[in-house]
Amino acid sequence: MNDNNTPNDWLFEITPKNKFFSLNLREVWQYRDLLFLFVKRDVITVYKQTVLGPLWYLIQPLFTSVTFTIIFNNVAGIDTGTVPPFLFNLAGITVWNYFTACLTGTSDTFKANAAIFGKVYFPRIITPLSVVISNLVKFGIQFLIFIGFYIFYYFQGANLGLNSLILFFPVLIVIMGILGLGLGMLISAMVTKYRDFTHLIGFGIQLLMYLSAVMYPMELIKDKLPSYGWLVEYNPLAYIIETARYMLLNVGEVSVLGLSYTLMVTIAVFFIGLLVFNKTEKSFIDTV
Amino acid sequence: MKKDIILKAENISKQYRLGEVGTGTLSHDINRWWHKIRGKENPYLKIGETNDRSTKGNSDYVWALQDINFEVERGEVLGIIGKNGAGKSTLLKILSKVTAPTTGIIKSRGRIASLLEVGTGFNGEMTGRENIFLNGAILGMTKKEITSKLDEIIEFSGCERYIDTPVKRYSSGMTVRLAFAVAAFLEPEILVVDEVLAVGDAEFQKKAIGKMQDISKGQGRTVLFVSHNMAAVKSLCTRGIVMENGSVKFDGNIDQALDIYSANSLDIMSNIKWNIEDAPGNEDAKITSIKILCDEDYFLIENEIKVEIEYENLLDGHVINANISIFNDNEVHILASPNLERIPLGKGKYKSVCIVPKNFLNIGKYFFTVLLVGNNFEIITQLEKIVAINVDENGSHRNGYFGYWAGSIRPDLKWKNERIIE
Repeated sequence: MNDNNTPNDWLFEITPKNKFFSLNLREVWQYRDLLFLFVKRDVITVYKQTVLGPLWYLIQPLFTSVTFTIIFNNVAGIDTGTVPPFLFNLAGITVWNYFTACLTGTSDTFKANAAIFGKVYFPRIITPLSVVISNLVKFGIQFLIFIGFYIFYYFQGANLGLNSLILFFPVLIVIMGILGLGLGMLISAMVTKYRDFTHLIGFGIQLLMYLSAVMYPMELIKDKLPSYGWLVEYNPLAYIIETARYMLLNVGEVSVLGLSYTLMVTIAVFFIGLLVFNKTEKSFIDTV
Repeated sequence: MKKDIILKAENISKQYRLGEVGTGTLSHDINRWWHKIRGKENPYLKIGETNDRSTKGNSDYVWALQDINFEVERGEVLGIIGKNGAGKSTLLKILSKVTAPTTGIIKSRGRIASLLEVGTGFNGEMTGRENIFLNGAILGMTKKEITSKLDEIIEFSGCERYIDTPVKRYSSGMTVRLAFAVAAFLEPEILVVDEVLAVGDAEFQKKAIGKMQDISKGQGRTVLFVSHNMAAVKSLCTRGIVMENGSVKFDGNIDQALDIYSANSLDIMSNIKWNIEDAPGNEDAKITSIKILCDEDYFLIENEIKVEIEYENLLDGHVINANISIFNDNEVHILASPNLERIPLGKGKYKSVCIVPKNFLNIGKYFFTVLLVGNNFEIITQLEKIVAINVDENGSHRNGYFGYWAGSIRPDLKWKNERIIE
């Protein structure tokens, strides 16, 4: 007898509710080509029909760094130690940009892709994953310009020293990407029902930047605002930015406790995000 | 022989919330969650009504699909037909895993690829070639598969010349051709296709239908096909499901399915009712309602068909007779049947029922003319083809023959056979 005819050999079933937690990694793997095609699409369509092309990736962090240097260092007088303020700001902004790009890009997943999601099935997680990866490309380009300025300042005689921890820099970026992805997935799921979150995220990110030690050293806020310093100290992103600067510029401090805390928050946020995302993907099309 | 079932739907239902989603969502969510933690059933699952667009319901929730059950055999081409809003697209969405059913389960023995739209995910900024890869991957193909079929896809689309031009420069027809070309080279075990053949010019439609035939007949794959193009459905499908208001109304032979569908879509009425003020008739008598009834939801040759005529007599001692005439689709007057009872009636409401015996009519459409005759055989009112029915059959008299059965009627005549010479 043909094996195909036994009663319980269904290849798959379509049921009302997901199991409490299901991430079908095999399926994601089967769709890996789609993941990379999405990444390719995101990267190449950004600069199609523009004169400056990928240069646009560089203009935003450069201008922001210049602005920050004028406002926070020249006017407000924040001390960046031995490191040139511009380079200090550029490092913080480059790393921070990657996080915001991941968060805003993924938080829009369901709403922005409703047209595709409404017509064809593929593992939905491919979409936020592709956002995180394509932003990595953008981050790479922005990081190159940082290296350029780094070399420039080095030959200008600035006191710069690489830290041996630099080897862990990629790990730090991955953690940051995962944190952005987790938070983004969580928000994207909630946006499908409550559009309020789209409004929240715009200025929320801006507020978060001020709490993430992007344009000041972490120590500074503890000194100057001891009563509000905890806001920064409980922010996992502040540790990532601070550590990144430590690795790249050898300024600030590395807090093992802080980094372990960051890692735990990242894992927790990622799994909660994944859980909510999974729950949403099955029927969001009815509510979006 | 054991059936090789590749796809099975069990009690599929889908509930939608009507009105504006957002207002009151939070309170419903909280209520639902409150029921859940106490281990009670979702309070919003109980309410809801069948999906009849035209009537105003009382509930905020509606069942777009209700208790859908069907099985599909390997290699079968199943046509799903029904009026707009009957639930076809919702069913396809569930089959394509775009949305989950509210209750029920679908079991499958094969990979399902769905084509609910051509060109899903096309990006105008990218070239035709790039879009072939992107669209193919969205539909579930791997890069390797696409690469191996790339030349065929480009050839089928007929867009060789523009293949490295951004798709936004394409005419809409070219975009559709390219998109359909990608989809045509999908190789799933089960293909779910919605209304996609309605696009493109006549030449392209012919090409597309030819390709669909290849897929189903040549390659023996299972296809679920939704279309309003009856000719396409008829030529492609072997079996049909007619859906109405979210449930399966008929499941069987495609020709019968199409007949039932066309009878429905013409909105022919098998019953009619009047208020006494505007009821047809004169000061002696008025017809208040005419109904054609059958034991099933639809009319079958094998069942008795009852014509119920209700009228009000306004004149004491009046003799009233109801009469019917039956016409077929080709305007042939098949029969006339008068009621011959000559009994004077008191004032009041009366009902006359005419029984058309079982195994009498043929399949097809029949129109009924109803008239009311008074004391002196004068016509009180004559209502031309006022009601109509579409008669079908369950096939019990066919003995395995499924071809055309000629004749305006198909009475079950008696046959006697005997041997006369040894």
